[in-house]
Amino acid sequence: MSSTTVTPERSGFSVSEYIVCLNGIVWREALRFLHQRERFVSALVRPLVWLFIFAAGFRQVLGISIIPPYETYILYEVYIAPGLIAMIQLFNGMQSSLSMVYDREMGNMRTLLVSPLPRGYLLFCKLLAGTAVSLLQVYAFLLIAWFWDITPPNIGYLTVLPALVLPGLMLGALGMLISASIKQLENFAGVMNFVIFPMFFASSALYPLWRVQEGSPMLYYVCQCNPFTHAVELIRFALYGKMNWVSLAVVGGCTVVFMIGAILAYDPSRGLVRRGPGGGDA
Amino acid sequence: MTATDAHIASQPLPDTGPVAAVPPALSIGNVSHSYGPRRALIDINFTVQPASFTALLGLNGAGKSTLFSLVTRLFGIQNGQIRIFGHDISRTPGEALRLMGVVFQPRTLDLDLSLTQNLLYHAALHGISRREARLRSAEVLGRIGLADRATSKVRDLSGGQMRRLEIARALLHRPRLLLLDEATVGLDVKARADILDHVRQLVTEQGIGVLWATHLFDEIVPGDDLVVLHQGRMLAHGPMSRVIADAGAQDVNTAFMRLTGTATLAGKPPT
Repeated sequence: MSSTTVTPERSGFSVSEYIVCLNGIVWREALRFLHQRERFVSALVRPLVWLFIFAAGFRQVLGISIIPPYETYILYEVYIAPGLIAMIQLFNGMQSSLSMVYDREMGNMRTLLVSPLPRGYLLFCKLLAGTAVSLLQVYAFLLIAWFWDITPPNIGYLTVLPALVLPGLMLGALGMLISASIKQLENFAGVMNFVIFPMFFASSALYPLWRVQEGSPMLYYVCQCNPFTHAVELIRFALYGKMNWVSLAVVGGCTVVFMIGAILAYDPSRGLVRRGPGGGDA
Repeated sequence: MTATDAHIASQPLPDTGPVAAVPPALSIGNVSHSYGPRRALIDINFTVQPASFTALLGLNGAGKSTLFSLVTRLFGIQNGQIRIFGHDISRTPGEALRLMGVVFQPRTLDLDLSLTQNLLYHAALHGISRREARLRSAEVLGRIGLADRATSKVRDLSGGQMRRLEIARALLHRPRLLLLDEATVGLDVKARADILDHVRQLVTEQGIGVLWATHLFDEIVPGDDLVVLHQGRMLAHGPMSRVIADAGAQDVNTAFMRLTGTATLAGKPPT
């Protein structure tokens, strides 16, 4: 046997190591996304169906009055476009959570979790990577929507970018939190029924809240408490070069809360991911 | 001795740093773990020395994978202490994990990415720059005889090749402790022998400490250290020859049967 030499060990990590790690995680997520073309197509088809069919059908039923940030009467298609953008991010966040459950069951998640960098940072990188992927989907949607006369001001395409990052992180963190509490892939169908549908329909994505209030004051308050409503409004205002400060505060706050929850959920000493035989790994 | 010499001699020795004794590659002290009311590990104590091959022998359900999950910090430690080259896995996980390479029982490769892409991803998770990672990837792929498959998708590899790639990946960040959890499960005889030879070479040539979890007796050879785990309890630990002698057996197979039979008949199984 050869002798083992003792080499001085480093403690802590340099900034460049953190950056390399972030790049690596985003790069891998992008590669996986490119390999799953059907995922890209289905992510686009879903909002386009709503835009081309649902919105066209309801155009005559649901007239939209002049409400901020719009300065004129608008078509229903124009109104729901920000909601559909947020829908892309919502589904992307849940898709990420689905893939985390899958990775956990298949074992790929272990590669990430046994990395020496702080686990909270690794999960944050994964959230950023998922958000970056959702941005590609959103801009592809905006491009197609442009041909459908959804034409926000040119500056809107730029100002919406930071507004997309925050809801992307919030919805990704929510998905991550959910993934920690799901033990098996089969249980994921419940997420559709109990998270995605209620969040989407009880929001301002499809109809303005003043109309909801006319119909049901109770539902109005539910919509107001729904962070997805504020994600939609943040995107809506940013798409027209404006800022909705209340929505920014709510989305920012929820992002922090969900992220802390997700990091704690994946903490090995106190996480939600319970470790039992057959119960999946961390 | 002069007064000055006596004074110097009475002073504490300075910290000599690099010549200090090497701590164990892995030290497990009084570790217990429960899944709710069921106790999966009970008071486990053993060490793995650098440049040594330690076989963790136990039947399915003995607690091997639980122990691996604790050592790799996938699970939080409920009782006891685990140190990697002196670094407490709970207190300084970064330092501890940096010194450790792991091959898990289930495949953890990304099947749709190429061999090189899998290795580059792992390198990034350890903060290794892309340039350095490419050099190391080419080096390890050459060492495991898969250099010509560098751009192939992992999905196209055989089971044995995937395992070799996983071992190569676990070594990419140059760890000093390698953990392998039933790394040869599902492989044919030749692939098993190749992988075992490769890992033993790492011990002798690179001085890596290896913890090899298995339930296959023929993977253990004289000279290995042995830890026998059964129903969450550690029944024996030491050089293979001593474990066999202490059990009053002729070979490891009989020793294992005697040890575990005794535990089942006379000892209290964990509840």
